[in-house]
Amino acid sequence: MNHAITANNLTKRFGDFTAVDAISFEVDKGEIFGFLGANGAGKTTAMRMLTGLSRPTEGEAMVAGYDVYREPEQIKRRIGYMSQKFSLYEDLKVRENIRFYGGIYGLPRKQVRQEADRLIEELGMSEFANSLVSGIPLGWRQKLAFSIAILHRPAIVFLDEPTGGVDPVTRRQFWEMIYKTANEGTTVFVTTHYMDEAEYCNRVSIMVEGRIAALDTPQAMKASFGVETMNEVFLRLTRPGGGNT
Amino acid sequence: MSYVPMCLGNPGKKSYVPMCLKRKQDYKFFKINPMGTNKKLSIFIRKEFYHILRDRRTLLILLGMPAVLVLLFGFAISNEIKNADIGVLDYAQNDQSQRLTQRLSASEYFTLALPLHSTQEIEEAFRAGSIKMAVVLPPKFGEETARGLPGSLQLIADGTDPNTATTLSNYASAIIGDFLQEQQPLQQQPMVIQTEVRMLYNAGLKSVFMFVPGVMTVILMLVSAMMTSIAITREKEVGTMEVLLASPLPPPLIVIGKVIPYILLALANTAVILLLGTEVFGMPIRGNYALLWLECFLFVLTALSLGILISTRTDSQQVAMLFSLMVLMLPTILLSGFIFPIESMPLPLQVISNIIPAKWFIIILKDVMLKGGGMELVWQETLILLGMTVFFIALSVRSFNIRLA
Repeated sequence: MNHAITANNLTKRFGDFTAVDAISFEVDKGEIFGFLGANGAGKTTAMRMLTGLSRPTEGEAMVAGYDVYREPEQIKRRIGYMSQKFSLYEDLKVRENIRFYGGIYGLPRKQVRQEADRLIEELGMSEFANSLVSGIPLGWRQKLAFSIAILHRPAIVFLDEPTGGVDPVTRRQFWEMIYKTANEGTTVFVTTHYMDEAEYCNRVSIMVEGRIAALDTPQAMKASFGVETMNEVFLRLTRPGGGNT
Repeated sequence: MSYVPMCLGNPGKKSYVPMCLKRKQDYKFFKINPMGTNKKLSIFIRKEFYHILRDRRTLLILLGMPAVLVLLFGFAISNEIKNADIGVLDYAQNDQSQRLTQRLSASEYFTLALPLHSTQEIEEAFRAGSIKMAVVLPPKFGEETARGLPGSLQLIADGTDPNTATTLSNYASAIIGDFLQEQQPLQQQPMVIQTEVRMLYNAGLKSVFMFVPGVMTVILMLVSAMMTSIAITREKEVGTMEVLLASPLPPPLIVIGKVIPYILLALANTAVILLLGTEVFGMPIRGNYALLWLECFLFVLTALSLGILISTRTDSQQVAMLFSLMVLMLPTILLSGFIFPIESMPLPLQVISNIIPAKWFIIILKDVMLKGGGMELVWQETLILLGMTVFFIALSVRSFNIRLA
């Protein structure tokens, strides 16, 4: 019960194609776990299995103490999820989005209202509170989407490339929010394409062709490859023989 | 309500116990006020109404379309012909011929546009488009019939528009037949069988009686099937569906929440069409109102199940729309018997028409509204629609599960 997530030989096949090939790992509670890999390496598929969006073909996985096969409903109540695509409704106002997502996670109305006020103030979005989400800048939207994903205070929050297309300043602020959330005890499971972000994670796994090629702290990983940056580690792993050029 | 205070503001607070450090069984105490499914559903439906109300185009289709279609079909597109221009070439110029001419122009179907003086003028008038039909009365018109011999006259109609031509010549024949009857009320006409035609349920052969059920079918199909399939695929396309599926909302609740607003809109549209049909165009509702509404509701469900099926098979709004138009709307308009009679279709199309839900719904509507029939008359069609609905829902559930697995 010390792990937020445990996966054991978790596998997903689509016909002949094995998208995720018997991956095994553990994520500690309160940890920021970076889930890296090239496009098509199986990150999203693995994440979908952990969030109950997709049923594994084989293997076992426990999320927040529940089995992904038998108790997906329990898992869904205890996780937050921010999808690769934009997860808010653009034709709803900021406050309406907060109210909607708070509502479907079962937060009482009064509390949702309080949370909405607090959130809008914390994000410094009071000028946007009653405007449609389509009218606010992307950086704000992503921060709002993240805040909404953790509105119901999940045990684990899954972030699928949350900072894609966001400017460096906002990315920085975004990671500050992630840290804060992790400090409060929520486990953060995050996929990213930015190698500088990988350095921020407590531990990182790198997927190559459906398998986990490496799993360690960024420091240890860099040391074992004898390189300076995570970027080099990533290139070594995803392009065997390459990386020096 | 036990709820651990939010600590974003004061992360250093010692008393805070992070959720994930608690034991499994503690979750249920921690878990914020167990809220009823109904409440979640109502939140979802409210969100759906925001979508509908904020999209002008959708709103226009949903609210404007029914009224526009009914009025368009009612006033502009009509199979009945009123005040068609005709010309009379009267060679007889006698009492009888003039009375017949008067009789024709007095009817609401015909207006005497111009007198004709030669066969050449007939041709010219048709070419100019100034008349739709010409009546040629021979010299000594009426004299043979007065003596009990068969007489004759000629009707010339514009064959470029066969439907109008047939209708006009039928109207004219009927008027002429009546006229001759009246001329010799006492005299028996030997060797002639009098056919007395009575059009049951629609004595005036009003086309309103055809198009109100037809328009209703098209609108319900549009709102229920097309709009819902677009609404559901929009969530997929935008990416919010993933988030909803990862939330504690059960998938059936997501679908129900998405379709309920459209059910309400479809029923509101039904009311508008029925009201316009009965109040503006005098369409009768002879059967049971409750049964009529029940059948409408059933058809809405059938259409919804089709819309849901489409949305489980596609991820883009555009594909959903094209698919709805090609696979649902076109057959609904063309193969349901709304515009073209099924009896006059080639056999393969007649067979295909059986799998078009609209065909059965139109039959039900006519039976209930015009014939005043009850369940004993429409139970077969009702069962067919019910069966189709169950079938489509089962298919949707299947493809949904395949996607998930």
